[in-house]
Amino acid sequence: MNRSELISRILVYAGVVLVIGAPLVFWARTPLIHARMPEYGGWSPNIIHANVGEPLHLKLTSDDVVHGFAVGQMDMQSVDILPGKVTDITLKFDKPGIYTFYCTRWCGLNHWRMRGTIEVSGSPSDSEPASPPLYVSLNLDIDAPHDAPVVPAQKPSAIRGQGLIPNSPFLQSFDYYRSNSPYQAFLDLSNTSLTEPQRWDVVAFIWRSNTLSESLANGKQLYAQNCAACHGENGAGDGVFADDLTTAGESSMQTMEGAMDMIMQSPVDFTDPQRMLGASPALLQGKILRGGMGTGMPMWGSIFTEEQIWDLIAYIYSFQFEYQN
Amino acid sequence: MTKIELTRIPFIKNAFKSRYPQLAVFIVMLIGYIFAILAGLIGTPVGSHNFSIVFVWIAWWAILILVAVPFFGRGWCAICPIPLPGEWLQRGAILTPPDKRPKWLNLRVPKMFRNIWLQNISFLLLALFSSVLLTTPNITGIILAAMLFTAIGLGAIFERRAFCRYLCPVGGFIGLYSQAAPIELRIKDKQVCVTCEGKPCYNGSSIGFGCPWDVFPGGLTKNTYCGLCMECIRTCPHDNIAVNLRPFSADLAKPSTRMDEAFKAFIMLGSAIIYAGVLLGPWGTFKDAAYNVGSSAWFMYAGIFLSIIFGILPGFFTLGLLGTKGNATLKHRFASLSITLIPLGLMFWVAFSLSFVLTNASYILASLSDPLGLGWNLFGTANTAWQPMLTSILAPAQALALVGGLIWSARTAQKAANEVKVSPIPVIVYCFIATSIMLWLLL
Repeated sequence: MNRSELISRILVYAGVVLVIGAPLVFWARTPLIHARMPEYGGWSPNIIHANVGEPLHLKLTSDDVVHGFAVGQMDMQSVDILPGKVTDITLKFDKPGIYTFYCTRWCGLNHWRMRGTIEVSGSPSDSEPASPPLYVSLNLDIDAPHDAPVVPAQKPSAIRGQGLIPNSPFLQSFDYYRSNSPYQAFLDLSNTSLTEPQRWDVVAFIWRSNTLSESLANGKQLYAQNCAACHGENGAGDGVFADDLTTAGESSMQTMEGAMDMIMQSPVDFTDPQRMLGASPALLQGKILRGGMGTGMPMWGSIFTEEQIWDLIAYIYSFQFEYQN
Repeated sequence: MTKIELTRIPFIKNAFKSRYPQLAVFIVMLIGYIFAILAGLIGTPVGSHNFSIVFVWIAWWAILILVAVPFFGRGWCAICPIPLPGEWLQRGAILTPPDKRPKWLNLRVPKMFRNIWLQNISFLLLALFSSVLLTTPNITGIILAAMLFTAIGLGAIFERRAFCRYLCPVGGFIGLYSQAAPIELRIKDKQVCVTCEGKPCYNGSSIGFGCPWDVFPGGLTKNTYCGLCMECIRTCPHDNIAVNLRPFSADLAKPSTRMDEAFKAFIMLGSAIIYAGVLLGPWGTFKDAAYNVGSSAWFMYAGIFLSIIFGILPGFFTLGLLGTKGNATLKHRFASLSITLIPLGLMFWVAFSLSFVLTNASYILASLSDPLGLGWNLFGTANTAWQPMLTSILAPAQALALVGGLIWSARTAQKAANEVKVSPIPVIVYCFIATSIMLWLLL
């Protein structure tokens, strides 16, 4: 073999080895978290490990549409993940535990299924005993029917109810508000001289007076971001995915028992007074925390903080009550 | 206009005679090609950000159809990396001519396959899957790899570049349209070739390889099957090979009578029209059908696609020819006059390609900086926003290309009709109608 042939071969071999080897090395050394619509795999990987107090650097990319990334129960702004682009984020965890990360963009029909977990290990800095949620303390069966047998003829108004409130401290207490349904409050007002519409107005006032304006605003934002896709912007259960969920039927359902055990339900209509006035904040807390077993309703307990859930509940009641003129 | 022999210029001649400049380009192209395969397989699945999609289907296609084919004919084939590994393995050398017969089978391609029907089929196969192929990086990566390995496999079985000559889906139409290009490789003096002993340009010698394209340069009258590899320039002991600059469409004055080439012209014309409608048109149903490979809608799309190419387009063309009178048989007239569709089809492809290339060219910058979608920003252009380019000149440029193509094809029709002694009017009317449809689809 002459010299020029030898050099040519070396150049070709070197070029081929380099062009295959170098990208593979870079590719292998750049662990990306891929986001895909849940129908095509969701997060990959969907389990991430981290240590308490150590920064966790993540590189996220979307393989299809725009997704969002946020970690539940953490004070962080969600970040958008654009198709074909890489987003860098750094997280730091103060406490060990299993955190849920989730998609914050309505990426598709099963958007709400797009979740993963970050397993943070390390010694707990301070141990806080966990208190059970209110619906558990009250021993509520959140799957039992809870419809209000009586509903108001017109939307109850907190403004009208403000001047009618009887001098009954227990009615205005925070614990009373969270533990009782509006219908129960309506019943508890039956020994007053108020008319039925007035009693409903007082109930509206009780609900409003236990709700901060900031909570309502926060709840509204959380609702728009996380609930409106199915439950509708105006709470009527007619969000953009509602019809698709019904059409998709079983294929959109999640079950541990098999598809046969499921009943497809439309998203709950928050404007339905019978359903909503019979539900206490504690009951709604349970439903949001746990999610609707066997329905399309996801579990939010791992994502929302307790405060966020109460804010959301406060906002959901605004579909039943008139809070402003 | 007479021909200008470019190889009279010492710089050009030396560049062609020496193997090193071509080898340098080959190595770069091969590396780029392998990188495109790899990017397709391990890069982001988002087509608009993947090097394989952006560089193959936008950048390469733009260069090929807007520059290389119209101006250099088979210029791309001269630097194409696909046959290289197979050819080097077949020869047992990269530069040095073999001192013995090739080790591999070195069979002659069976006569029934020595035409471009296989290329017609391979192009149609890619065309029918194009919506997925053009947008899905891993499929592009697999197809690019498959072409590389098929070329190696065919090189192991058959002599010379069997893949390029008989199977390459791109080579078929490049060859067809290269007849219109203003570049040619020809012999200088026929008598020299007649008396040349051993015909080293075809059979090879101690200084070079026999024509990889299985063409005897002494008999070259058209560009169609000359791959411009320049090997004959190196092997010719009489310095009798020239690369010439010539008028556009010089080969089109000599109509072919081959049906495989005639149908290639219809395949290319029909594909350009269908793509303009399906890929650029406003009809979402067609797009969905083309994309959902394997669905009943896709089978319907494939059926319509093939019906247009093998039924409607040649059918109306034949109907037009039935009205012409001449001594030549209908088949002969069909094949000869189909040459009219070469400039027409080429300009259809130019007009169609202008649209999607200018629309998507901005992806090139982003992809260049982050070719594997790993979050790199090599040249600071990774975050270049998508923006259509030169939108104001797009429609006029497309109209100009289409009208220019119509005029060009009409002149070609006159010459071809004159050869077979029939009226060119039906073919010109056919070209006019086809151009009107294309104008309607694109503008």
